[in-house]
Amino acid sequence: MSDRIKKVGRHVSQNEGLIFEKSSPGKRGMELPPLDVPSADAAKALGAEYVRAGVEGFPEVSEIEVVRHFTRISTWNYAIDYGMYPLGSCTMKYNPRVNEFVARLEGIADEHPYQPVELSQGCLRILKSLENILIEVTGMDAVTLQPAAGAQGELTGLLLIRAYLESQGNPRKKVLIPDSAHGTNPATAVIAGYAVENLKSDAHGGIDMARFAEIVNEDVAALMLTNPNTLGIFERNISEIAKILHAKGALLYMDGANMNALAGIARPGDFGVDVMHLNLHKTFSTPHGGGGPGAGPVAMKKILEPFMPVPVVVEKDGKLAYDYNRPKSIGRVKAFYGNFGVLVRALAYALAYGPGMRQASEDAVLNANYIRKKLEDVYELPYKLPCMHEVVFSDSRQKKNGVSTMDIAKRLIDYGFHPYTTAFPLIVHGALMIEPTESESKEECDQFIDAMRSIAEEAATTPELVKTAPHSTRVGRLDEVAAARKPILRWKP
Amino acid sequence: MRYLPKSDSERREMLRAAGFDSFEQLFQAIPEAFRLKRPLNVPGPLSEMEIIEYFRGRAAENSRGYTSFLGAGVYHHHRSVVADALLQRGEFLTSYTPYQAEISQGTLQAIFEFQTLMCQLTGQEVANASMYDGSTALTEAVLMAERLTGRQRVLIARSVHPEYRQVLNTYAKNTGLRVEEFGFAASGQVEIDAVRKAASDQVAAVVVQSPNFFGVLEQIPALAEIAHSCGALLVVGIAEAVSLGIARPPAEADIIAMEAQSFGLPPSYGGPYAGVIATKDKFVRQMPGRLAGQTTDHHGRRGFCLTLATREQHIRREKATSNICTNQALCALAATIHLCLLGKQGLREQAEQNVAKAQYALAQLETITGVRRAFSGPVFNEFVMEFPRSVKMIDADLLKNKIIGPMALGRFYPELTKRGLVCVTETTMRDEITRLVEGIDRALKVPV
Repeated sequence: MSDRIKKVGRHVSQNEGLIFEKSSPGKRGMELPPLDVPSADAAKALGAEYVRAGVEGFPEVSEIEVVRHFTRISTWNYAIDYGMYPLGSCTMKYNPRVNEFVARLEGIADEHPYQPVELSQGCLRILKSLENILIEVTGMDAVTLQPAAGAQGELTGLLLIRAYLESQGNPRKKVLIPDSAHGTNPATAVIAGYAVENLKSDAHGGIDMARFAEIVNEDVAALMLTNPNTLGIFERNISEIAKILHAKGALLYMDGANMNALAGIARPGDFGVDVMHLNLHKTFSTPHGGGGPGAGPVAMKKILEPFMPVPVVVEKDGKLAYDYNRPKSIGRVKAFYGNFGVLVRALAYALAYGPGMRQASEDAVLNANYIRKKLEDVYELPYKLPCMHEVVFSDSRQKKNGVSTMDIAKRLIDYGFHPYTTAFPLIVHGALMIEPTESESKEECDQFIDAMRSIAEEAATTPELVKTAPHSTRVGRLDEVAAARKPILRWKP
Repeated sequence: MRYLPKSDSERREMLRAAGFDSFEQLFQAIPEAFRLKRPLNVPGPLSEMEIIEYFRGRAAENSRGYTSFLGAGVYHHHRSVVADALLQRGEFLTSYTPYQAEISQGTLQAIFEFQTLMCQLTGQEVANASMYDGSTALTEAVLMAERLTGRQRVLIARSVHPEYRQVLNTYAKNTGLRVEEFGFAASGQVEIDAVRKAASDQVAAVVVQSPNFFGVLEQIPALAEIAHSCGALLVVGIAEAVSLGIARPPAEADIIAMEAQSFGLPPSYGGPYAGVIATKDKFVRQMPGRLAGQTTDHHGRRGFCLTLATREQHIRREKATSNICTNQALCALAATIHLCLLGKQGLREQAEQNVAKAQYALAQLETITGVRRAFSGPVFNEFVMEFPRSVKMIDADLLKNKIIGPMALGRFYPELTKRGLVCVTETTMRDEITRLVEGIDRALKVPV
């Protein structure tokens, strides 16, 4: 490893096969207490045709083998605890450990969703408290905590819009979505029963206002807008956009994935948004855990409140309860009340900051602008408007030597970082989408800047090094084409 | 603030280096009218000690110290502390979705192992990396059947979890799907003849749950035969995954939608859990959710990567099989570690203990005058009892003795008044069952 790479050095990591390859009949990793009731003959109790033989191929290993197995493979992962994930619109911030502690408390972790409401006042208070905080942060009138993730929040939001428009006489036919939008937006619109009309962004990456007024008509149910957008740019015209939509009876949906730029700074409810979702696993620090769980609460203006998913948490004389008597409700989007354990973690995060949440947003925007300034002489900045918590470069300069954003991202791994977001948003060819979050110190930001500058130099002088990166990982670039052509999706003996 | 790694002097230094004169300038892109002029009106800031105290306070307002006989889709099973310790390793807890395979091999291999375990348990050929939960997994399985058959009618048993059916109805409303419910027989199993009569070449899917909401196992082979004879798919939901330790897996089903909460996930007042869809290889391209596949790198080393991504939203956008992005990865990992510890023998033994406890509890409850088993069909670890008076009244009395008793079914099934759902697992102690029986007996003797 060269001297230019400061953040990481060589490290020995253990090899490890699949757990099934370590199996040996008769071994076990967990033991149960002896039965304190008479044993039962399952074939007699259930009927022989309902009983199976053992689970073929199931692992048979001891406790220490399981511990070593998962410890070893865990060391093959990068993680926030190691360093920055500059992934745009992912908001990979620190996952506070006190959140894990409180989610596991006895009296929190073991509560059953169907236990009596009188024995669940603590849980209901957690839900109500988080609701109040999210309403204040978003500037909305009501919120549902039921959706399990951002995409489900988007669906809930569109279903609310549909129900509202139906109550006005016409659910309408289509949803407008900017071409810079995250893939879940169009996918969600289709599930909500709407056609998608893609809006071309203007030269500054925002909504083309000249065309927008023409496009909005009575067939349009809503515009799904991410703000700041996926370029990290705040939509200056958002108030005008809301007016145009409202004038035609359409609504403004905001994808809240980029709320990390706004919490405590500006409130979507104040600039014309009718309904939005939040990603608690982004803005509110709940852990990504390799892909989830998350939570996607949906905050809304009063006009949409009657249509909220059931049940709704209500308070009377200091006692909390569920209201199921909501005849206009869109129904349920998920069993029970939402990803409660995730909601607990988000509340713990919000309580830790209090009104100081504003400082986190400021630091996030500061970090992104600092990185932008220090890289804009070596990477092309396609959109020159001020950015907020994320910045998007393109690989156009490096492409001259055949080096793409994907290559630069892979080389960044050798420097000890997780790649930024590549090839998204779609409106920037060869995008490098960088969001540092407020969790990054000046030191980490400087190391990232050094790494990116070094790679830019490598792209100019030794492009092959970048094009064949990473060089330092346990496995090199994997053959994804083969993986898709002949899928092997499970182990077989 | 302890989560922010910058001193004020560092902030000023970085601000200057970034070319700004003031922190306000960072937000110049936001029109002045929209910038908040006041602090957020929210509680806090709290120190770590205060946060813990706050949640301890909330915990004390819940059901600590009560014995629960609740099931109905969420099950109290032993959760391995070893699994929980491993799960909290930063490399698992704080890692991202494994799109960059070279530095996510831990997550990817664990997903591959999860997919394998789910296939082994369900008797299916392929399983995904998780859905949000059982209710949305079942819904997505039905939508998958719609896409595969091109048909619009769905026949669903009333004995499928009521909240799962509610979720399906919410999603189905906007897709043109016609969802029709069919009833259950005295056995508690679905009315096979009703299904046979309703089956037609317009039916996309026949949907049942096994064990169903009443805890009764369904006759999967017979149902598969009916569904297939009219070209429909059989979709089977499973809410109590531990049942697969002893119950014959629904191998004849075309799509299985399982809830994996029973495998080491805390009840946690309703979530997060882990749904799974498992199906036949030939249907994989219509299956939603992430998939980890085995492959090699250019040195021939075995590795894993996400694959068949053209099904997913980040590639196909409006043509995707689902809008799902974030799933329940960490929960699926918890289940994976838990199952590896439990192992082949442990899972069998756990399932057998559940059966034994349920049979014992059933027999004991039937000794109470006027109390009898409501359904005759085979049960795993939950069952419905019929009582001579209102279950709500009995439960109110039981609460005085810190027992959360049978779940009154009248709230979901208006015709099933005076019936309560009882769940016992390997964690239910014999003396707790005795206290339940004595408690119900006492409650029934209270003059009305």
